[in-house]
Amino acid sequence: MNNKQLPIDGKGFLNNPQHRAVFFQIIALIAVIFCAFYFANNMFDNIEKRGITTGFSFLDNTAGFGISQTLTNYDDGTSTYFDVFIVGLLNTLLVSILGIIFASILGLLVGIGRLSNNFLISKLSLIYIETFRNIPILLQILFWYNVVLAALPSPRQSMNYLDSVFLNNRGLLIPEPIFESGSSAILISFIIAVAAVFYLTRWSRKRHDKTGEEFPLIKVSLAILILAPTLVYFIVGQPISAVYPELKGFNFRGGLAIIPELLALLFALSIYTATYIAEAVRAGIEAVPKGQKEAAKALGLKDHVILSKVVLPQALRVIIPPVINQFLNLTKNSSLATAIGYPELVTLFSGTTLNQVGQAIEIILMTMAVYLTISIVISLLLNWVNAKMAIKGR
Amino acid sequence: MATYTMKEAKPAPSGSKGIIFWLKTNLFSDVRNSLLSLVGLYLIYLTIPSLLNWMIFDATWSGTQDEVVNSGARWIFIIEKFDQFIYGFYPEHLHWRPNLVAVLCVAFLMALKVLKNNKTKIVIMLLFPFVCFILISGGWFGLETVETEKWGGLMLTILVAAVGIIASFPIGIVLALGRQSDMPILRTLCIGFIEFVRGVPLITILFMASVVLPLFFHDGIEFDKLLRALIGITLFQAAYIAEVVRGGLQAIPKGQYEASEALGLSYWQGMILIILPQALKISIPNLVGSFISLFKDTTLVLIIGLFDILAMVTLTNSDTNWLGYEVEGYVFVTLIYWVCCFTMSQYSKSIERKFNTEH
Repeated sequence: MNNKQLPIDGKGFLNNPQHRAVFFQIIALIAVIFCAFYFANNMFDNIEKRGITTGFSFLDNTAGFGISQTLTNYDDGTSTYFDVFIVGLLNTLLVSILGIIFASILGLLVGIGRLSNNFLISKLSLIYIETFRNIPILLQILFWYNVVLAALPSPRQSMNYLDSVFLNNRGLLIPEPIFESGSSAILISFIIAVAAVFYLTRWSRKRHDKTGEEFPLIKVSLAILILAPTLVYFIVGQPISAVYPELKGFNFRGGLAIIPELLALLFALSIYTATYIAEAVRAGIEAVPKGQKEAAKALGLKDHVILSKVVLPQALRVIIPPVINQFLNLTKNSSLATAIGYPELVTLFSGTTLNQVGQAIEIILMTMAVYLTISIVISLLLNWVNAKMAIKGR
Repeated sequence: MATYTMKEAKPAPSGSKGIIFWLKTNLFSDVRNSLLSLVGLYLIYLTIPSLLNWMIFDATWSGTQDEVVNSGARWIFIIEKFDQFIYGFYPEHLHWRPNLVAVLCVAFLMALKVLKNNKTKIVIMLLFPFVCFILISGGWFGLETVETEKWGGLMLTILVAAVGIIASFPIGIVLALGRQSDMPILRTLCIGFIEFVRGVPLITILFMASVVLPLFFHDGIEFDKLLRALIGITLFQAAYIAEVVRGGLQAIPKGQYEASEALGLSYWQGMILIILPQALKISIPNLVGSFISLFKDTTLVLIIGLFDILAMVTLTNSDTNWLGYEVEGYVFVTLIYWVCCFTMSQYSKSIERKFNTEH
């Protein structure tokens, strides 16, 4: 027998896979660093040539332009570009959160409707989903803004609901709540109610584990949550009143005005995102094997117990991750507001501020950083939810 | 002794079939269902007749705008501006060139199906984009040059989508492989790029491409607006393709990787001959889905000043002879997008179904 080892014919440095890995990585790193250096070099040259200032000191300069919707105190004359940034950020968050709420409700309804054994409802849900998810979101935003809302009557001919809600081409006017002294008591009572419900939940779960007795948790919690603040409201002497919008001359005074840009954006974003949420809900409920429902029925559980204890816990595990992704998509899509001029981050900061200041790199990086932060927060949330919902093997 | 007589067979219960039965089980099985059905019927009653009236029965299909008497859609606007919706400002006497490209595309797809020789296929695939580009932009072989500012309408939309998907595909595959590789630095770079791009909205990337990108190069190097948008869209799409391909790669059993190594194939041989064909095949439905979102996202180029088909709605309405036809314009563009996206999504679903029956 010839036990002599086979000669390794390639003795070159690169024939060793480990050496090769290191070699290629160094090449890749050098290429990236070279590109970065080249771009940075050109960038500084160009900036110098065009006389653009650098750095973030522009944030302290006075902006001096008006914004149609501000959630903080913003003054055309004195507020700085940093205030503009904050206003834009808050408006982005406002439209995202409202959009997420409406899209979730609509998506849940349509998703359940899609599974309904009522032929008509199921088909209508299908038509809704297939229609709106196949139309670009920007087109939908522009359509709502330029066609539907633009066709509304002028303030004098406003559509009027119960003399308190008005809809016209300048937006939607609703009564504005006024919080007088004492309204903080209501808030405190609400917080206490929430804490009570929290402990009640823990107590009832413990009792259920020990004795197996059910506690009507949802009914009692709802009662606590609604009754406590209502009682305090009357005890303190009805400190919350409302200012109703009134037509004075050519426009409305008082009340809370929702600008048409926000309305158009909310309509488009929620209708579009709801189609994806509906599909996720449908897929999640369909993913629960039929045998699970049958087994639960065979155990003699009631229908609502089957839904809440057997179907939903398993369906939610499938539903929640894609839905959270859709929330992130909705937030990113809210940047399209710049096409209709809703004053959110991209419109105010990457648009108006960029035009006035001209420091493109800083401004666009700041805008991107905001969205990156939001998406990192949402993916951390998603990971947390996934870890919490993972099937715990024993 | 009792006698038993045979009973006559009863007829089948009436209404276990037929329309009434169907209505009873599907629409009016109980009170709640009936109420829901009535709400649904009311919704249909509210929308469908008025929509049909507006779009078809009361619509104006021909004639001049002075003759419009009906309250429905005035499709004469679309007919009048049709060329602009399709070609943008592309010179009218050169419309045959995009048309020829469209015909060539169909011929190209057929050729790929018919041809058996892989080498000819690859040569055609590599040459085809250049032929299309030369035909549309001109400047070679005595063809009149058409600047990119004049490109627009549906032509531009399809062009952006096509370039986006074709150019992003190889980049996406490389990124996916990089993300799956064992080399830590390479992997970090790929993950960084993918997660960064996926974390920000497309519009900020387009702004970056249109405003910041020119700063990165010497003064001599000029990018036109269209090219900048294309670079932005390609990088954006590449990150999404990478994630789709990664899904495919992860679905391939480990044994396949080991088998390719056991055969003595190098990394690239193993990837190209064994892993990628399988991984790409199972990611086709998701790739189509990603292409649909890209096709919808092409509308965003109007924000950085390109005239795609959606931008044409506003533009055609700025003609002083044709003011106030936005509704017709938007509905027309909506129909085009809807038909394209719906067809593609049905195609992707059919592929998914085809793959499902295999095991």
